[in-house]
Amino acid sequence: MKLRTVFAAAMAMTLAAGAALAQAKDHIKIGFVYVGPVGDFGWTHEHDQGRKAIEAALGDKVETTYVENVREGPDAERVITQMARSGMDLIFTTSFGYMDQTIKVAKRFPDVKFEHATGYKRAHNVATYSARFYEGRHVIGLIAGHMTRTNTIGYIASFPIPEVVRGINAAYLAAKSVNPDVKFKIVWVSTWFDPAKEADAANALIEQGADVIMQHTDSPAAMTIAEETWKSPDGRKVYAFGQASDMKEFGPNARLSSIIDNWAPYYIERAKAVLDGTWESKDTWGGIREGMTKIGEFSDKIPEEVRKQAQAAADAIAAGTLHPFTGPINKQDGTPWLKEGETADDATLLGMNFYVEGIEGQLPQ
Amino acid sequence: MWRLEPRSEPSLRMQVLTPVLAVVLTLILGAILFAALGKNPVAAMRIIFVDPLLDSYARTELLVKGSPLVLIAVGLAVGFRAGVWNIGAEGQFIMGAVAASAVALALYDQPAVWLLPAMGVAGAAAGFLWAMIPAWLKIRFSANEILVSLMLVYVAQQFLIAMVSGPLRDPQGFNFPLSRTFHDSAVLPIVIEGTRVHVGVFITLFVAGLAFFMMRNHVVGFRIRLMGDAPRAARFAGVRPGAIVVTCMGLSGALAGLAGMFEAAGPAQQLAPSLPIGYGFTAIIVAFLGRLDPVGILLAGLVMALTYVGGETAQYSLGIPAAANETFRGMLLFALLSVNILVHYRLVPARRRTAR
Repeated sequence: MKLRTVFAAAMAMTLAAGAALAQAKDHIKIGFVYVGPVGDFGWTHEHDQGRKAIEAALGDKVETTYVENVREGPDAERVITQMARSGMDLIFTTSFGYMDQTIKVAKRFPDVKFEHATGYKRAHNVATYSARFYEGRHVIGLIAGHMTRTNTIGYIASFPIPEVVRGINAAYLAAKSVNPDVKFKIVWVSTWFDPAKEADAANALIEQGADVIMQHTDSPAAMTIAEETWKSPDGRKVYAFGQASDMKEFGPNARLSSIIDNWAPYYIERAKAVLDGTWESKDTWGGIREGMTKIGEFSDKIPEEVRKQAQAAADAIAAGTLHPFTGPINKQDGTPWLKEGETADDATLLGMNFYVEGIEGQLPQ
Repeated sequence: MWRLEPRSEPSLRMQVLTPVLAVVLTLILGAILFAALGKNPVAAMRIIFVDPLLDSYARTELLVKGSPLVLIAVGLAVGFRAGVWNIGAEGQFIMGAVAASAVALALYDQPAVWLLPAMGVAGAAAGFLWAMIPAWLKIRFSANEILVSLMLVYVAQQFLIAMVSGPLRDPQGFNFPLSRTFHDSAVLPIVIEGTRVHVGVFITLFVAGLAFFMMRNHVVGFRIRLMGDAPRAARFAGVRPGAIVVTCMGLSGALAGLAGMFEAAGPAQQLAPSLPIGYGFTAIIVAFLGRLDPVGILLAGLVMALTYVGGETAQYSLGIPAAANETFRGMLLFALLSVNILVHYRLVPARRRTAR
């Protein structure tokens, strides 16, 4: 036993030295840890599409597998550990709440590469990645501002963290730019995935007069509720947007467009890097330009000129000529944030903890 | 054909045999389920039920996963024996975790040896007090403790979210609803180096032993059992029903609260909205699977932990979906409830009608 420990230590040191020389591999095993079920038709579903894309692109050089419905916290640490122990070369942990667990496990398995989605803690073998979803929020915000007849947009929000607040602000600013009378009603559901709660929130928002629903949660429940309104003869017809996934099949009438998370290019690139031995820890925050944030097809219900405007905005963001947060913008309390023509820097965006001027209600702090 | 015939008195042998029978039945039903999903049922069963026992790391994880279940179930079982139905252990677990975390965070700058004991007391006290709400309402207004304790789970969940989004939130955490990571002095010591087995696991074993002794040899245990088996007789014997309700609810609440403290200060090391993952509810199954007996509960907790730890491995090594694992656990409860009938009834061959 002792001898084996010494041998293992020697091996580890050799490997550590070898890592610097960047060893290429013929075959790697890749594990994914998912927070929801792959059948959530939203967040986890799209990560799983990315996993399948790796297999399709790299064939028998890779073997991929996953564990779904892994609760954030102690359970996640066990699952990630078990995966690392089972000989995975690369492990993607795809929820913010896996951050500390990923870092902890990565320390014990220095030869395994980890990729943590949406977090901000890195290590020599832990990279982070996320997408600029707020760019998509700008585009669908424009559409929402045009399409609302009650001038009330309902927003189902998960947790008051920078990523979500950023989305609300980006959508509001865009909607307001085309419709000065627009109002946002925001419901915080304190969960990423709970179809029942999401449906309740959608119903509550509709009752309060919202006729366009946006969401920052993972299931198509709100889309389903919006679609229901199209079936009753006297009801207000409510629109919604696909979130993370296209969700068209859940709202053939209600769906206007969608923000699609497209992880495939990034996942394939990172898997290749491990195969080539060129993998390095880094932070990636790609948007429409990189193809990580995609805008779903526009519905026919959107007037021609609005579709053109939305497409133009998406193109301009991709080209770098338009930034969703361009001054003048004041914070909710009226204090100036961005001067005329000034754009927000990434650091401020990553720590965003305030509403912009015009949004009603208090940000839960 | 067969028919059911009532037994003159409950079969002791069946009381011991039915949980085993239920597990066997679940294995068979589970194998059919996995086969229907196109997976090798033998391999699946081996990965779920055998491999974790053979692997040194997985073995320690069984202890980590099973101990909150056992600790809560032991408390619940005492109440269930007396006919006091505390269904809200999840809420008491949450309140225990919140109270213990509040102590850990408030005294963050004063690391001291008494910090962990203080957290334990806070956790148990919070669970106890939370359980006193349904207990008091039951004694004072005859309110149904099943409903009240269950509804208080949802109140506790909202309270947890309010706390981690407000007073207990990490000031440097970008507004994420999480507490800061506890100071080392507020983290339960690890007993087995390189694993997550903390002292709470051993305290759980100790508590199970105490409960075993109390139910067998102590007058409190006698009164509790009497109350459950023959409430009228208990009253004549001078047992005050109110006292039994307070004892049972209080004990189960305190143990659930303590389990919450162990979870927060053990594997989690911080307070988060994702901390409660249904241990309080799963413990109800564990309590019944263990026949409401502390020793049985230890075994039942192990079986339940196996389905979690092994189930995760089955996911990534065989591609068995998480939902199939959930179904599998559901089957266990179903099988248990259905074979339970054999305690009070026996299967006998139906007599043919001879005369016509």
